[in-house]
Amino acid sequence: MADIKMLTEKATQIRKDIVTMICKSKSGHPGGSLSAADIVSALYFNEMNIDPKNPKMADRDRFVLSKGHAAPVLYAALAEKGYFDRELLGTLRKFGSPLQGHPDMKKLPGVDISTGSLGQGLSVANGMALSAKLDNKSYRTYVLLGDGEVQEGQVWEAAMTAAHYNLDNVCAFLDSNNLQIDGNVDKVMGVEPLDDKWRAFGWNVIVIDGHNFEEILGALEAAKAHKGQPTMVIAKTTKGKGISFMENVCGFHGVAPTSEETEKALEELSHVECCNN
Amino acid sequence: MSKKATRQAYGEALAELGRINKDVVVLEADLSKSTKTSIFQGEFPERHFNVGIAEADLMATAAGFATTGKVAFASTFAMFAAGRGFEQIRNTIAYPKLNVKIAPTHAGISVGEDGGSHQSVEDISLMRSIPGMVVLCPADAEETKQMVFAAAEYDGPVYLRSGRLDTEDIYKDTDYKFEIGIADTLKEGTDVTIAATGMLVHEAMEAAKTLEAEGISARVINVSTIKPLDGPTILKAAQETKFIVTCEEHSVIGGLGGAISEFLGETHPTLIKKLGIYDQFGQSGTGDQLLDEYGLRAKDIVAKVKENM
Repeated sequence: MADIKMLTEKATQIRKDIVTMICKSKSGHPGGSLSAADIVSALYFNEMNIDPKNPKMADRDRFVLSKGHAAPVLYAALAEKGYFDRELLGTLRKFGSPLQGHPDMKKLPGVDISTGSLGQGLSVANGMALSAKLDNKSYRTYVLLGDGEVQEGQVWEAAMTAAHYNLDNVCAFLDSNNLQIDGNVDKVMGVEPLDDKWRAFGWNVIVIDGHNFEEILGALEAAKAHKGQPTMVIAKTTKGKGISFMENVCGFHGVAPTSEETEKALEELSHVECCNN
Repeated sequence: MSKKATRQAYGEALAELGRINKDVVVLEADLSKSTKTSIFQGEFPERHFNVGIAEADLMATAAGFATTGKVAFASTFAMFAAGRGFEQIRNTIAYPKLNVKIAPTHAGISVGEDGGSHQSVEDISLMRSIPGMVVLCPADAEETKQMVFAAAEYDGPVYLRSGRLDTEDIYKDTDYKFEIGIADTLKEGTDVTIAATGMLVHEAMEAAKTLEAEGISARVINVSTIKPLDGPTILKAAQETKFIVTCEEHSVIGGLGGAISEFLGETHPTLIKKLGIYDQFGQSGTGDQLLDEYGLRAKDIVAKVKENM
């Protein structure tokens, strides 16, 4: 039975690390990292079969952070999981750091594929999943996409490939926070209706509240049980989630919080006690 | 002399490789009959993956395979591999140094009738500029086969360009052994060096014969690895002959001529004359007509040598 209190604590720690590291580096993408913190916590601390002591374990589950600019959420999760010393988080985006501006699999253990250029992660995940099917391996591949990201045409090429090859070992999450750099997703370039689109492309679609652990875990179970189709979990999220003055503020897409803002954020996060809101 | 298209040799070699290396997978974007990956598909349907007409997806899916230990070959036409797939190759294959072999066919103007939209004269330039990318261009069928095996042995991204037209055999029934990064001096010479790549190696050899008959000693080098360039062989040629003529079925910007110019410009400034495509697109016609039109024949090489002697 999943421990939702534990997952809440992990997600809170990850959020604290996100704001702290981005503040320290004076650059990075807090908004979309915070919106994905609960999904990533559920994957890393409940779902995925991974071993931080053996990051290249052949049959490990894979994670593709297709929205690579949310690197801080991945770095925080990897540090919390024990892939590397959490002291390293303070080197985010600094010269010589393995914590590059966007995830680099050659520099950091635990990163299954380098990402950063949007729209390519689902294709990579398909390659991993096709390889698993070819070798009769049971590992699963998880992908996290942004809702702005699906404006990239390649996402839909990959959507067709996953459905065509019946990749039921692919489970994608769409971090649907409705904000991208230039503003609201529906204002910049509308992507809705996302559920109908993915369904029409041959996917099993589940729509959830991306900050509710019961719903995230339920979706993960449903995805595993669903055979013959890949699953897309459309997770309704809040950009900047967990920090009042960052929530739904487009300006925090790619701007670091100041020291004062970070202090305030950490203060707010210190009051997170439990569960879902 | 016998002839075979390098794309045909590619397809046959891929199937042969598939028999001995079970980690080889082949990805395609709806051109398997043209790229000849259909030969591999015939033998190993379970290891052949068609992603449809989707070159971006093709490249990144190949990258995903490579992360799991597979040797992934990705094929389509050169125009769409290097052109449309450029950024996927750059960021998702080369940046993480993944073991993907980008092996397009139908490179250069000899594609023929399809016209300028399908004639890639920029692919070498694009691929050369990507950090760490190995760029290969075979002179004939035998070299293509050896390149496929060498590329599979090599751990990292490789671009292996082949052509549509039948190409004269250069290495058939010889003991030639291709090695990545080694250019092959096919003929010694002391007056001029003709450095050629791809199907123009045959034209270079023909040109050297004509020149020989006229008392001009031409060295012929098959530069089949364009990157990493075989510096020692090129430098030696620059030191031992008066000037260099480069020949390629590619733009003179950024291809073989560009690579040799860049290298000798820093090491041994030498007169370099280039045969290739001069800042223009191709057009429809037979491959032969186009090679004539763009001046990529033995007679053009001869003329270029004589006017600079």
